[in-house]
Amino acid sequence: MASKFSNLTVKGYRRENGRVGVRNHVVILPVDDISNAACEAVANNVKGTMALPHAYGRLQFGEDLELHFRTMIGTGANPNVAAVVVIGIEPGWTKRIADGIRATGKPVSEFSIEQKGDFETIRAASWAAKEYVHWATELQREECSISELWVSTKCGESDTTTGLGSCPTVGNMYDKLLPEGIYGFFGETSEITGAEHICQKRAINEEVGERWYKMWKAYQDDVIFAHQTDDLSDSQPTKGNIEGGLTTIEEKALGNLEKIGRTSQYIDILEPAEMPASGNGLYFMDSSSAAAECVTLMAAGGAVIHTFPTGQGNVVGNPIVPVIKITANPRTVRTMSEHVDVDVSGILRREMTIDEAGDELIEMICRTANGRNTAAEALGHREFSMTKLYRSA
Amino acid sequence: MAEIPHLLVHEHDDNVGVVVVEGLTAGTDMLVCVTHDNSTFRLTSGMDVPIGHKIALKDFKEGDTAIKYGEDIGKIIADIAKGDHVHTHNCKTKRW
Repeated sequence: MASKFSNLTVKGYRRENGRVGVRNHVVILPVDDISNAACEAVANNVKGTMALPHAYGRLQFGEDLELHFRTMIGTGANPNVAAVVVIGIEPGWTKRIADGIRATGKPVSEFSIEQKGDFETIRAASWAAKEYVHWATELQREECSISELWVSTKCGESDTTTGLGSCPTVGNMYDKLLPEGIYGFFGETSEITGAEHICQKRAINEEVGERWYKMWKAYQDDVIFAHQTDDLSDSQPTKGNIEGGLTTIEEKALGNLEKIGRTSQYIDILEPAEMPASGNGLYFMDSSSAAAECVTLMAAGGAVIHTFPTGQGNVVGNPIVPVIKITANPRTVRTMSEHVDVDVSGILRREMTIDEAGDELIEMICRTANGRNTAAEALGHREFSMTKLYRSA
Repeated sequence: MAEIPHLLVHEHDDNVGVVVVEGLTAGTDMLVCVTHDNSTFRLTSGMDVPIGHKIALKDFKEGDTAIKYGEDIGKIIADIAKGDHVHTHNCKTKRW
């Protein structure tokens, strides 16, 4: 059924695999921590490129290694990335990641450092990066339907105002745009605790709900209960949450779940950094609630815009995905306005309805897709944080 | 709403509300709004309570349950008078 959102269009970059991106990055991607220096040198040589240094990629194994590959490949494959230069210490894993990204059809070059050294690798990789910048900067934005956007959400430095204002704003956006055909992502597994009975019922059917509950229970048993030394006070809720008035995980979880609105149902469950494969709709990604880790995983899953409700003022950004900050807390608007893209504090004064706030967020999603830099982009927040499951070999 | 509310309550079943103005002082005749249907009532604050923090809508006894969003958000671990501050010093998770 057509709604007032059905005809909304944005100007995006149509990639080789048909997906729509809203940014046009040339990324210099290190396979491992010891290749960061070469990647940063290439990014310094060639303006208009971006290195994504990170802390891992050596001696990982099993599920943890698979997550590393998924995150690396997913980041390079994201439609906000035009082309990728991959650099690793040795050719094997470097090729595996480069080939994974190459499957999208986008230009990828790979370089390994052993037998050559940093100087020779940087020289060769800089030539490739420069060619990609020339090529990418001539790509033109074209008109795309809003239904082609993949939009993720995760909140941070939450307080009681997020459950009253900014999270329901995101939920209202999903209730309006998911029926238009967008892909949505939510997650933060430990942060559903206290609202798991509600979240399970928001699955499209019982089978998906059962799988969701098993995943949530496994996080409780294998991560929380296996490692806890106390009741997690100061960790979940965080010190910042408590400062903002949140008292228990149950209270935090109920506010968190407001992000999926009133009518939206999730259609499937994703491993961390996994790309959706069940068509358009809302997905739950098994993920930590740490902001940079969660946004990094959802970006690797293919989200091109992230909506981020905050209460006390989380400043997180992402290198390849614009992060839109929404707050309903008037004190945060007063003290940290440089971080705020959408001010919905009118909800608390009862001057703005959730419906109006949702419309404002949709407008900001369109403007961001069309090229408006978010507060996090303008302020240089490029947090790229890999999730690690256990110690390396 | 001509007057800006001091306290918001999600559901009619809730027994705590959230301060949504800065600098709330003890003895304020608060306008309380239930966001579910925008109905209102008045309550006097018993303490200075920061923005975002919760206020008891009823007298609590140790062992009671705090209700917000119409759901259980934790156990009350010390008696609380109606109008007073509800937070980590008198309310705890039932989970971890």
